Amino acid sequence: MISWKLFSLLVYAAQWTVLYSAISISIGFVMSAGICSATLSRNRALAFAGKLYVSFFRGVPLLVQLLLIYYLLPGVGLDVPSHVAAIAGMALCTSAYQAEILRGGFASVPRGLVEAAEMSGFSRLAIFRRIRMPIAVKLTMPALISEAIMMLKSSSLISVVGVVELTRMAQNLAASTYKPMEIYTAAGFVYLVINLVLVALGYGLEKKLRWGRI
Amino acid sequence: MSLTPAIRVRGLVKRFGQTTVLDGIDLDAGRGEVTCLIGPSGSGKSTLLRCIAFLEEATDGFIEIDGEPLGFAAGPSGERMRLPQSAIRPVRSRVGMVFQQFNLWPHMTALGNVSEALVIVRGMKRRDAEARAMAELEKVGLSGRASHYPSELSGGQQQRVAIARALALEPRIMLFDEPTSSLDPELTGEVLNVMRDLAKTGMTMLVVTHEIGFAASVGAKIVFLDHGKLLVQGTPGEVFGKPRHPRIEQFLDTYLDRGAATLL
Ligand SMILES: Nc1ncnc2c1ncn2[C@@H]1O[C@H](COP(=O)(O)OP(=O)(O)OP(=O)(O)O)[C@@H](O)[C@H]1O
Ligand SMILES: [Mg+2]
Repeated sequence: MISWKLFSLLVYAAQWTVLYSAISISIGFVMSAGICSATLSRNRALAFAGKLYVSFFRGVPLLVQLLLIYYLLPGVGLDVPSHVAAIAGMALCTSAYQAEILRGGFASVPRGLVEAAEMSGFSRLAIFRRIRMPIAVKLTMPALISEAIMMLKSSSLISVVGVVELTRMAQNLAASTYKPMEIYTAAGFVYLVINLVLVALGYGLEKKLRWGRI
Repeated sequence: MSLTPAIRVRGLVKRFGQTTVLDGIDLDAGRGEVTCLIGPSGSGKSTLLRCIAFLEEATDGFIEIDGEPLGFAAGPSGERMRLPQSAIRPVRSRVGMVFQQFNLWPHMTALGNVSEALVIVRGMKRRDAEARAMAELEKVGLSGRASHYPSELSGGQQQRVAIARALALEPRIMLFDEPTSSLDPELTGEVLNVMRDLAKTGMTMLVVTHEIGFAASVGAKIVFLDHGKLLVQGTPGEVFGKPRHPRIEQFLDTYLDRGAATLL
């Protein structure tokens, strides 16, 4: 067992894990809506740009993306603080994944629902915002929650740009206390609890969207 | 009835790739009248309705709504010109449509379905829009179900909400594509009753239906479509009365083997 003092240090660091993940996932979600609509656009150039974006950010490891942002951008005169690099890297990465998930959702929105909106005089933007988007999100909620969990776990990578989050704190404590087993077990437990809360939130959200089958 | 018909279709052709689905349709639907479109499966009834709703762009020909061209107009020397989007919207907004599959938005309540366009398109305040929507739901007998989601309503109730949704936008013309075909027989009646009431208010209606009894009793005009051509049209008496056109005879025998023909 580890002392409460050590454990509370882990919990303190976990706050950063949660904060960085929550901010990145939220920014990534907003970005993904734009990327997804670009991918589905009738404008060929826009669609191509969207697909290129998705291919790049899904194809390059998050670790490499983070290092590129943190070490490459200063080389061209852009000084990137640690927390900005961390959030940017995670948001760019998850937005690509979320956009792909949403794309599947959009494809599953029944055509008739869009036609009913057209007959009611909705603009294309209104159809996107009020009809296609909410239904696509509802249809893909389980996949989006999975992606959020993946992202939360991947946040351990942001320590490479100098952010101290749960995993980095555990490494530091393990090195200074010589109790790696206990510390890493405790850290794994904290990750598990956070993710269980996330899953519960996801179920709650799905229930709240009680409008059932489509 | 005034001179210009509510819907005027001339030389309408619709092709999907190589297949010609509508082959030169000429049709007038009188203002304030119910026009019923019947015909075998695959004859092009839905396609014709969807062209009039501008959900489908015709390959050739012209459609006028209340005398105004929809989508395409004839140029100085008769050539077909596409109208700009700004000219299409106002004409299209006069047309409401009810679908076979209801197509209610599943994430909105009945009230939300009816009020949404009033807010989003008409720019009404949410409260005012909901008051209007409530009045529309009242008319189809569903004010008590306003807060229900579509998945919590029966098929007949969903279709009545869909009718209320279209009526809330005060269309001049209502199109119905087999509004009762996906309903159990017990639920068909409640939707047909709403449509009868609507017809009595003088709404111009174009109805694709297999309910021959409804067509014969409510329709001012029956139009029979076959293989993309308008084969027969006239009053119910002319179309269904004997002697009948052989294709109509055959249609009534084949498609309505439920004793419906004897009701005529
Ligand atoms: N989007 C499309 N692409 C290709 N062919 C189509 C399309 N829509 C309809 N068709 C074809 O056009 C023909 C007429 O279809 P339509 O749906 O208008 O018939 P209908 O008279 O409404 O039949 P039903 O009574 O079964 O509803 C059919 O042969 C159909 O396969
Ligand atoms: Mg049809």
